[in-house]
Amino acid sequence: MKKYTFTDKKDTRSGFGAGIAELGRSNPKVIALCADLVASLKLDTFIKENPERFIQVGIAEANMIGVSAGLALSGYIPYATTFANFGSGRVYDQIRQSVAYSGTNVKICVSHAGLTLGEDGATHQILEDLAMMRAMPEMTVINPCDYNQTKAATIAIADYNGPVYLRFGRPVMPIFTADDQKFEIGKAWTVNEGKDVSIFATGHLVWEAILAGEILEQEGIDAEIINIHTIKPLDNEAILKSASKTRCVVTAEEHQLNGGLGDAVCQLLSRNMPTPVEMIGVNNSFGESGTPAQLMEKYGLNAKSIVESVRKVIARK
Amino acid sequence: MEIQDLKNVGAQVRRDIVRQVHSSQSGHPGGSLGCTDMVVALYFREMKINENKNAEGFLQFVREGIGEDLFFLSNGHISPLFYSVLARRGYFPVSEMSTFRKINSRLQGHPATHEHLPGIRVASGSLGQGLSVACGAAYAKRLRKDDRFVYVMMGDGEQQEGQVWEAVQFAPHHKLDNLIAIIDWNGQQIDGPTEVVMNNLDLKAKYEAFGWDTVDLDNGNNMEHVVESLKQAKAKTGKGKPVVILMRTGMGYGVDYMMGTHKWHGAAPNDDQLLVALNQLPVTLGDY
Repeated sequence: MKKYTFTDKKDTRSGFGAGIAELGRSNPKVIALCADLVASLKLDTFIKENPERFIQVGIAEANMIGVSAGLALSGYIPYATTFANFGSGRVYDQIRQSVAYSGTNVKICVSHAGLTLGEDGATHQILEDLAMMRAMPEMTVINPCDYNQTKAATIAIADYNGPVYLRFGRPVMPIFTADDQKFEIGKAWTVNEGKDVSIFATGHLVWEAILAGEILEQEGIDAEIINIHTIKPLDNEAILKSASKTRCVVTAEEHQLNGGLGDAVCQLLSRNMPTPVEMIGVNNSFGESGTPAQLMEKYGLNAKSIVESVRKVIARK
Repeated sequence: MEIQDLKNVGAQVRRDIVRQVHSSQSGHPGGSLGCTDMVVALYFREMKINENKNAEGFLQFVREGIGEDLFFLSNGHISPLFYSVLARRGYFPVSEMSTFRKINSRLQGHPATHEHLPGIRVASGSLGQGLSVACGAAYAKRLRKDDRFVYVMMGDGEQQEGQVWEAVQFAPHHKLDNLIAIIDWNGQQIDGPTEVVMNNLDLKAKYEAFGWDTVDLDNGNNMEHVVESLKQAKAKTGKGKPVVILMRTGMGYGVDYMMGTHKWHGAAPNDDQLLVALNQLPVTLGDY
C-alpha cells in the first residue's frame, strides 16, 4: 500500500476559496455570486481583491441561478455559491431550465454537503444532491476529496465551457493530494494500485478508503483505491479496467445509496461486466445533529465500514 | 419603422400565431395575440440589434449580444408570437413556422436554445425565471460598459411566482437602471381571471414599494400607446432604478372570439375557427 501522509488539515471549502481567489487574479471573466454565506464559502479574498466582480444576491438562491445564467450567456463565467442544500434541491428547476437546458456556462459551487456539515442537522445535510445533478442532462458533477484537489478543480472548471456542479464540505480533513496537481475533469485518480478489491470513493470518503486500505493490508488484502472525483461524466474506462482486475468492488460516498456514485458504478458494471458490489452510503434516511466524526460513525461512512464491506464483497467473488 | 408599418407587421404576426397553433393543434394563442403589439414595436422599432447578415441572408445572431439591446421572454408559452417576430425580423426562414411544436423542430413548444434557434438566448416556460436572467444580462452590460438596454416580458399570472420577487428586490438594490421589464397585465390565467385565482392587487404599488420606476400603458393593443410607453420607459433609465411598464392588454386581441377570456390561453382553434380568425386578420406581408 502506497503511503499517504499529511502535514496539514484543512476544509475543502477553503480549497474552493483559494481556487477562486487565484481565478480572480488570472481570469477577468470569473464572477462570484453568493446568497448571504460569504464567510462560509471562504470568498473573502476574492471579494477583497475583486469587489466589482462579486455579486451579493441575499437569501434568494433561485434568483442567484437566474442571474448567473444571464451573466453566463453574456460571456462571463459566474460561480454561484451557497450551501449544497440550497444550490441543488431548492433550485433544481432553475438549474434545469436556465442553466443545463439553456447550456449556460454556470459553475454551481456548493459547500456543507453531506453529513459532515454536523451540528446544523438534517435540514441542511443534503444527501441527495449528487443523484439530482447526475440525473440532469448536460451537467458535470464533481466531488473532490481534499483541500488541494478542491482548489485544483475550482480552477480547472473555469476552462471547461458548460454547467458544473462542484460539491465540497465543511470539516477539516487531511491534505494528502499534491498541491501542484493538474485536475482533469472526468479522469479518475488511482490512489493505490491493488489486485484483490477495487474501492471507488469520492469526496471525504477517499481519505477513509486510504485508512481502510492500510487496515486491509495488515490482513493481507491488496486493495486498489480509486478517487472518482468526477461523478459525471464517469471515468468508465478506469472503473472497468480496475474491476476486471480485482473482480469485486466497494463504493464509498457521503450521499444516499440511491442515485449517487455507487449507483453510477453499478449501472456501468451491470451493463458491461457484472461484478459483486458493496456500497457505502446513507441508506434511505435523513441525517441528524452531531459532530462530523460521530455522524460518520453512526451512519457507517468510515474506514471501519469500508473494511467490513471489502471482506463481504471478497467473499462474494 | 413608422406606426402604420408596425401595425401591418402586427396583423401578419397575429395570422402567424393563429396558423401555427392551428397547425400543431396546441400552443397558447391568447397571450401571444395580446402581446403582439409590444413585441413587434420592440423588434421593429425600439431595439438596436445586430443587422449584419450571414451567407444565407439571415440576421447574424450572437448570443452575448454585446452592443445590442436584448429581449428575454419570461412567459415562454407565448412562443408563437416570439417565433413569428423573430422570423419576420429576419433571424430564420418564415417557412420554419410550419414546424412549430412538431417533431425535430427548432420551434419547441416553449422557447429553447437547445436546438440553436437564432434569436433565443435562454430557455423559458417554467415561469418566474426570466427576470432573474435579465438581471444577470443587465449586470453584465454594466460591467463591460455596454450602454444598451435589457428588456424582459412577464405575464401577470407569473407574478405569483416567488422567484419574480427575489429578482424584483435584486434589480433596484444593484441599481440596474438599464433594465426595462414589461408585464402583460391581461387579468387572465389558465384557471380563470387573475383576481379570482390569485389576486395580484396593485402591481404598480408593489413595484414602486420595491424601488422600481413605473410606466402605465393603458392599452397595450394600441400601437401609438405602445410606442409612447417605450419612449417614456427609456427616458426613465439611467437614473439608478429599473423600470417596469405595466401593460394592460386584452388576451386574444385581434380575434373576436378569443378576446377577454382565459379559455383561449392554451387552446387551439379548429378548422372552422381558424377561418373565422383569419377573416379578421388581413394578410400584410404574405403568409408563410
